[in-house]
Amino acid sequence: MLNYLWGIMILTGMLWGVANNNLEVVTQSLLESAGEAVTLSLTMIGIMSFWNGILEVGNRAGLIAWLAGKLNPVLSFLFPELERDHPARLPIAVNIVANMLGLGMAATPAGLEAMKLLQQERTPGCDLHRATDPMCTFLIINISSLQLVPVSMIAYRNQYGSADPAAILGLALLATSCSTLVAVIFCKLMGARRRAAKR
Amino acid sequence: MIQWISRMLVPLIVSYIVGFGLLSRRPVFDDFLAGAKDGMQTVIGILPTLIGLMTAVGVLRASGFLDTLSGWLAVPAAWLHLPAPLIPLTLIRLISNSAATGLMLDIFSRYGPDSLLGMSASVMMSSTETVFYCISIYFGSVHITKTRYVLPGALLATAAGIAASIYFVFFTN
Repeated sequence: MLNYLWGIMILTGMLWGVANNNLEVVTQSLLESAGEAVTLSLTMIGIMSFWNGILEVGNRAGLIAWLAGKLNPVLSFLFPELERDHPARLPIAVNIVANMLGLGMAATPAGLEAMKLLQQERTPGCDLHRATDPMCTFLIINISSLQLVPVSMIAYRNQYGSADPAAILGLALLATSCSTLVAVIFCKLMGARRRAAKR
Repeated sequence: MIQWISRMLVPLIVSYIVGFGLLSRRPVFDDFLAGAKDGMQTVIGILPTLIGLMTAVGVLRASGFLDTLSGWLAVPAAWLHLPAPLIPLTLIRLISNSAATGLMLDIFSRYGPDSLLGMSASVMMSSTETVFYCISIYFGSVHITKTRYVLPGALLATAAGIAASIYFVFFTN
């Protein structure tokens, strides 16, 4: 996907530059943007290393496992199909907590593990290529964005001269809650509809 | 209230985690160093992607294409009550995080990160995910092809995030 997207972006820019007869500006922008990416990364290294270090302190002290344990009532509400001892519950909880903290590196492996366990534990004899309700709920909630502190965003804003880079945190939290709330309501409605159809 | 949360969130999380680590009798600084090293490698790891996509956005900008595109999108933008420069950003956001970051940084350098456009872009990027990428990674890993209501649900949640971002930014400023 990205291969086509990137190729189209570059070619469109070049052709548009030819059509508008401003190819020297295009060339100059090409050189400047490449340099800008490096400058940006240098600043990002500072903030991202610090935040990642802090999160690792929490991770090694067992914070993620502890928070994941606290999530049990939430999981029972979101995934009524999964019994309390279902093996996928732990990776789902870890994925949600890691996503909230902005620990993408810990979130994705846990999420993939959860998917694998949901796939293994399904009722035998059904269509293995068809997503189950817990899979759908898990993925929709995951995509609704759970991140509480978008640290890289603060870094980008800081780099581009924002007077108050963290000013967006409250609004981002509010917007993220809205999208997650919509996701939860949607999944609950779909679950209710399926149960009604079964009866 | 919202400003207070913005100001308190980072110090609160940092002191909570460090306190939690100390109470658990962990070597907190050693743990910090290990994590910081990983964080550094992540940033260096995405540098080539960033160079490739920021250059592509730079070329599109300099050629005048992005301005023309915004002009074309003015009508659907007015209909959706979206600022025109945000439309390419929201569409790319569904496919690629780094390409969307490139476009967002372009909005930052043109209009400033504290402008209404810059704020909406920041909040929007923070409250949505790369829909198509996530679905293909997660379902691809277990060979699920019948995705049922995942795509409509994910797009609905994303639309709610975008609408909330723009509404809250314009409403509170």
